Amino acid sequence: MGWFNKSSRKQETEIPDGLFVVCGKCKAHVYKEEFERAFKVCPSCGFHERLTAQERIDLIVDAGTFREFNEKITFNDPLKFSDAKGSYADKAREAIEKTGLKEAVVTGSGNIGGIRTVLAVMDFRFLGGSLASGTGEKILLATEHAQRMKRALIIFSASGGARMHEGIIALMQMAKTCAGISRMDKARLPYISVLTDPTFGGVSASYANVGDINVAEPGALIGFAGRRVIEQTIKQKLPEDFQTAEYLLDHGFIDSIVKRAELKNYLHSVLQYSSRKHA
Amino acid sequence: MNLDFEQELTDVEERIAELSKIDSKDSPQLGGEVAALKRKLKSLTKKIYANLTPWDTVKIARHQDRPLLKDFIAGMCSEFLELHGDRREGDDKAMIGGFATIEGERCMLIGMVKGRTIEEKVLHNFGMPNPEGYRKALRLMKLAEKYNLPIVCVVDTPAAYPGREAEERGQAEAIARNLTEMSSLEVPIIVVITGEGGSGGALGIAVGDAILMLRYAVYSVIPPEGCAAILWRDAEKAPEAAGALKITADSLLELGVIDKIIEEPAGGAHRDPETTIAATKEAVLAEIKRLKRISGPRLADSRYKKFANMGRYKTSRK
Repeated sequence: MGWFNKSSRKQETEIPDGLFVVCGKCKAHVYKEEFERAFKVCPSCGFHERLTAQERIDLIVDAGTFREFNEKITFNDPLKFSDAKGSYADKAREAIEKTGLKEAVVTGSGNIGGIRTVLAVMDFRFLGGSLASGTGEKILLATEHAQRMKRALIIFSASGGARMHEGIIALMQMAKTCAGISRMDKARLPYISVLTDPTFGGVSASYANVGDINVAEPGALIGFAGRRVIEQTIKQKLPEDFQTAEYLLDHGFIDSIVKRAELKNYLHSVLQYSSRKHA
Repeated sequence: MNLDFEQELTDVEERIAELSKIDSKDSPQLGGEVAALKRKLKSLTKKIYANLTPWDTVKIARHQDRPLLKDFIAGMCSEFLELHGDRREGDDKAMIGGFATIEGERCMLIGMVKGRTIEEKVLHNFGMPNPEGYRKALRLMKLAEKYNLPIVCVVDTPAAYPGREAEERGQAEAIARNLTEMSSLEVPIIVVITGEGGSGGALGIAVGDAILMLRYAVYSVIPPEGCAAILWRDAEKAPEAAGALKITADSLLELGVIDKIIEEPAGGAHRDPETTIAATKEAVLAEIKRLKRISGPRLADSRYKKFANMGRYKTSRK
């Protein structure tokens, strides 16, 4: 299970003067200010650029209501793993330095249109949003927090899969996080999964795909195995739209594709239906 | 298939076989020579098997003569009533299951089928289940819960099948659903990793109360070749990756991911399947007897805690 899925998409490339950005998909030059205001959606072609966890929180959570918890939980190195390029510990510390995050997910509580919710927001910049012990622990604790407070849980996924540097312990986080989701279900508490680009491997095959409601952003790539692995296995070219959100919608695995501009309102509506309190 | 690190063993085994063909009446000293060779074989086997690298273990786990699910069923169960189909898509031949009786203990037995001949391998998709395999497994596990039968999962798969249709039918969802449901089933779940524990494809039926593992089985987040290709940029570095990933029974016991190692005779299960299957039967029976005394809700509760504790470190909360 790869922790880093190479997407054909390039990240935005900025023009030196900082006034324009180049869309990662249609290559149009768009005003940076306009692009940022639209939460990184290309005004020309509608391409949804990846968001950081903080940007996602700013987009979804009512201003000033987000309270992060378990922010000190960080990576572990249970295998004392090293590869050709050096140690995992160094690599993880580098990611911490670069992103200002301690793990690939940010968890906390916050309001969405006034409704109190628990959120877990993955950040692809941190080692490809890979699932490992720290990530799994934070997500499990978020499910437990949601149960204690009797609130809905929303997880925003963005991940290449399990973090192989933590080996089998990373794999076990799939079972661990799903155990938390199962308890949400038994407690009849809502769990909404938002699948963003990309969601693969061990994250796709655990909490991301078992939401009461699975929502995806337009064009997001979502799958179990990577395109290259499948093409090598079946020795065939796959269709262009393979593993896109639209493809998954067609095959019945997500409830809806929601544009970023409408995502907060959509979640707010679903939260009202799922509250079990109907006047 | 010969294993490179076993070459010396194979040579001695062949010599013994040759000598055994000769009529002992013609050369009376032959008996002594054969006995000496057998002693040599025994100590050599011990020596080689005491010094296996993780990569050697991968090769043993994949050995074509290693006992497969059908051998375990034949050797362990007095009855096996196979139950087919996921009621949605079809009947996956890489994952089978059914009612089984082990020494008078009734259970639901589920596992991956690899096949030994080329025809069998193709028929069973090399032990790589499609989503309908995981859904069949879940259907049978739910049935086991309804009938209050312990569940025995026998894991031996390189991976969940990475195919186009597998994706279209929701491979990720199927595995995720199993992980979610298995965490709260109120009957005992006993998992035995007998060969290859290939990542999410293995875990899809491996959330249990007791995780047992054969001495020369492996269990990994990614095949060593795949890990080497990504992190070493060279699939040939698989032996290094196999070491770094900590995929052998000893390492997994130490990491708290498995509960018990089922010993194989020196020389591996491929040399002596009967002894291995008997040891597996005994270990599984002991777990059934132990776990069936515990109430369903308590089982589910302790299973939750077991997995919640995996990768929970004091240092991580600093």
